[in-house]
Amino acid sequence: MRMLARRLLLYIVTAWVAITANFLLPRMMPGNPIQTLIGKITNTVTPEEIRAIRLSFGLGFHQGLVAQYFTYLTQLVHGNLGISITLGAPVSSILREAVPWTVGLIGLSTIFSFAIGTFGGALLGWTRGSRLDSLIPTATFFQAVPYFFLATVMLLLFGSDLHWFPVLGAYSPTVTQGWNLAYIESVIRYGELPLIAIVLSSLAGWMLGMRNMMITMIGEDFVLMAVAKGLPRRKVIWHAARNAILPSIANLSLAIGLVVSGALLVELVFNYPGVGDLLLQAVLNEDYPLIQGIFLVITLAVLAANFLADIVYLWLDPRTRTVAAV
Amino acid sequence: MRSLRLPRSPKVIIGLVIVGFFIIMTVIGPWLAPYDPSSTAFAPLLSPSAHHWLGTTSLGQDIFSQLLVGARATMVVALLAGLAATILSMTVGIAAGYLGGWSDEGLSLVSNVFLAIPGVPLLIVIDSYLPVNSRSNFFVIGLIISLTGWAWGARVLRAQTMSLRNRDFVEAARIIGEKRTRIMFTEVAPNLLPVLASSFLFTVLYSIGAYVTLAYIGLTSTAVWNWGTMLYWAQANNAPLSGEWYWFVPPGICIALVGTGLALVNFGIDEFINPRLRAGGLTARQRRQLGLPRRIRLGLTPVLHASSKPKIVPAHAKLVSQ
Repeated sequence: MRMLARRLLLYIVTAWVAITANFLLPRMMPGNPIQTLIGKITNTVTPEEIRAIRLSFGLGFHQGLVAQYFTYLTQLVHGNLGISITLGAPVSSILREAVPWTVGLIGLSTIFSFAIGTFGGALLGWTRGSRLDSLIPTATFFQAVPYFFLATVMLLLFGSDLHWFPVLGAYSPTVTQGWNLAYIESVIRYGELPLIAIVLSSLAGWMLGMRNMMITMIGEDFVLMAVAKGLPRRKVIWHAARNAILPSIANLSLAIGLVVSGALLVELVFNYPGVGDLLLQAVLNEDYPLIQGIFLVITLAVLAANFLADIVYLWLDPRTRTVAAV
Repeated sequence: MRSLRLPRSPKVIIGLVIVGFFIIMTVIGPWLAPYDPSSTAFAPLLSPSAHHWLGTTSLGQDIFSQLLVGARATMVVALLAGLAATILSMTVGIAAGYLGGWSDEGLSLVSNVFLAIPGVPLLIVIDSYLPVNSRSNFFVIGLIISLTGWAWGARVLRAQTMSLRNRDFVEAARIIGEKRTRIMFTEVAPNLLPVLASSFLFTVLYSIGAYVTLAYIGLTSTAVWNWGTMLYWAQANNAPLSGEWYWFVPPGICIALVGTGLALVNFGIDEFINPRLRAGGLTARQRRQLGLPRRIRLGLTPVLHASSKPKIVPAHAKLVSQ
């Protein structure tokens, strides 16, 4: 429990750092981007909306930096992330529509790639030195390909050339949205190719990490013991793999950030209506409130995922629990 | 005397060759480029031919020239970022691991915070606020990327330093009365060289990805040619969907190849750090030459001798001869 509390504290501090960075960045940058921004939109947005934007940046009144900071935090606590300049709607409501798509796509693909990669890595580690080793350079290549590039190639090959998968968007434009079978089926069909692209790009990392840990584990005495006892091979592999998987899970914190960063761009390639696509639009239009809102949401989501991984780790590794009890 | 073991595994050699090739391309690429990459003097959207090896863009620019010129920006930014991040992670990691106590708590907290914040989204936020002239500055971009990429190395180096800090030679240096900074950088750091090298390669790999990503979404100056900008223009002109593969495939393949090369070299370093991984990198023939069993059996950590071929002598025969 102590470990969990420590981790939770870390995530709270991280969230605070991210929020503060969001507040400070526009102020530290040369050229005063906020003033430029407000000057630019004065003609297109109502004075009321400008007031809301200034508020969300903590710029509501003529205040010092500290007071601005508190105004900003208060606005944040009330869920006011400002108003998108280009879309004219509150950032929070725009995000509410985009986030479920991203969480669904990235969450599912992370689970798939972790499961397949770990399983494959365990196998590769067990059979090291065999012909399966020739998979390693291939896996390394896939690890090095930028997510968005692989996604583009797949979109081209399997989507527009071979027509195996429907592409562009998250569901067929002809079905009505809602809880009906046709819609759900179309969501699944449209999600397949982006999902495969993300899984393929992130798979190799898990696989190679797991392979190396597995090889290290195989040298341990307890594995030799298991063999000596005459346990069936499957059980021995499971024995070693269960221990090798722990560092993989401990590394999730690094990996989740990377996977999310990559996957956001996959959304962009497929015009998937998630946060990644939104982020590109925001960047292109210099829609600062939207960019900042997206960054905050992504960071908080990644932190939540990290915390989840910590809980799983604690549950899998009894040693951390005993240490905590002492 | 132990001679330095040259990389034996084919993986490492392939990796070194690939990385070497792209480093040469970084240095001489812009001179080799047949045309000015920005010149719009040619017919648009030509297919690859003897004059234009990779065809031309929709503006009539030579794609092969862009690829050659773009190598420099891509690699230089990645190397700069890798270097800066490695220096940062070395300082933080070794200090945290060696000093321990509250300094460790503080430094670890900082690196864990940076590790937990997703790097690329943070980069996008910072970069979107940058004035346009800074976006084309290699140093500015490299430093910003390094800021989001140093934490992992710091964590690994901290762990390694902790395992070294109580070794006899460090203890001895402490008793002699060496200064702490001196111990950290002249006693501890050299022993971390393989880990440092691995962390450097890893960061360069990350930096290439980050830089290309920023360029791809149009956040670096479009006046500087790099592989990401090429992909940006290809995407902006719908090259993938209209079948102009020669426009967007080459830069993507180059990025992937550099990454593969770096990762393969890293494999070699991993095998150096962790000998158990080493035998996996040998071919069947090399294993036979080294007198290792054909199939590496469980629990056996193969010991490789650099000088002599060990003969397998039955244990009882050895006893008799003694």
